[in-house]
Amino acid sequence: MGNVVVDVMLKSEILDPQGQAVAFALPRLGFHQFTDVRQGKRFVLTVEGEVTDEVLAAAREAAETMLSNPVIEDVVSVRAESPLDSSSAESQA
Amino acid sequence: MRIGVVTFPGSLDDHDARRAVRVAGGEPVTLWHGDDSLHEVDAVVLPGGFSYGDYLRAGAIARFAPVMSALIPAAKGGLPVLGICNGFQILCESHLLPGAMIQNDHRTFICREQRLRVENATTAWTSDFTPGEEITIVLKNQDGQYVADEATLDELEGEGRVTFRYVVPEGGRNPNGSYRDIAGITNERGNVVGLMPHPEHSVEEGYGPSLDGLKFFTSVLKSVVNA
Repeated sequence: MGNVVVDVMLKSEILDPQGQAVAFALPRLGFHQFTDVRQGKRFVLTVEGEVTDEVLAAAREAAETMLSNPVIEDVVSVRAESPLDSSSAESQA
Repeated sequence: MRIGVVTFPGSLDDHDARRAVRVAGGEPVTLWHGDDSLHEVDAVVLPGGFSYGDYLRAGAIARFAPVMSALIPAAKGGLPVLGICNGFQILCESHLLPGAMIQNDHRTFICREQRLRVENATTAWTSDFTPGEEITIVLKNQDGQYVADEATLDELEGEGRVTFRYVVPEGGRNPNGSYRDIAGITNERGNVVGLMPHPEHSVEEGYGPSLDGLKFFTSVLKSVVNA
């Protein structure tokens, strides 16, 4: 079983109301050093077997046609999930 | 005149849209999102609501519903299509109309009676209005901020395709942050119109702020007769 990770962000020129809400709340917790927050989306697409070049190509096509809207969003990356992605949460716990 | 109204999972205003068609003198036809045919209707309304929960992006999943594979080529061929609220979002996601809808800039759901100015009274859905006429219908949305790049906005303005604009009081702001106060737009041909506010809620005495919504439906009935 393999995973493909797709990251999508609103284009920089589009206002990000969700990010703004977070940005306004951070100072209340004492975080004053962050001047802006942009919030994006991560999709994890699971396949049986290895993440081949064909799988990555299909994921890229899905990212461009459905997972993102090119009018307002950019597909930032499409990549096979690395061991770091899945182990980082555990190592920090 | 048979006017189809599509019901997606999560559509809310399909019943009111069908009722508005009937009040205007048309025959409403229920279309199902899973249909791959439009059942030979003369025009189609994509109603408001939260299709497929509006997960991913508003209208993004509905855009790939089977009925859309019949609707998109028909709309490109000149079939009158009106997208209201979620329907407008679906038309943008389908690229039948340019631009996109994102969350209101103030991040809260809005529900109020909204004044609009009719900027283009030549489309299939607005011919019963007069240019510059101000109307009041209901606005209710979470993701109502119309956005597009500058070149697209200039093109829309230059070609007279901004169909409705929010009437903004001096020094005030429009209700959702929409670029250039745009409330509704049309395609080049004028058969596809999308807008955020809800004409279908303003067609009968005793309901809604006016009867201004009725003209959308009487307009399209005439355009179908004249087609």
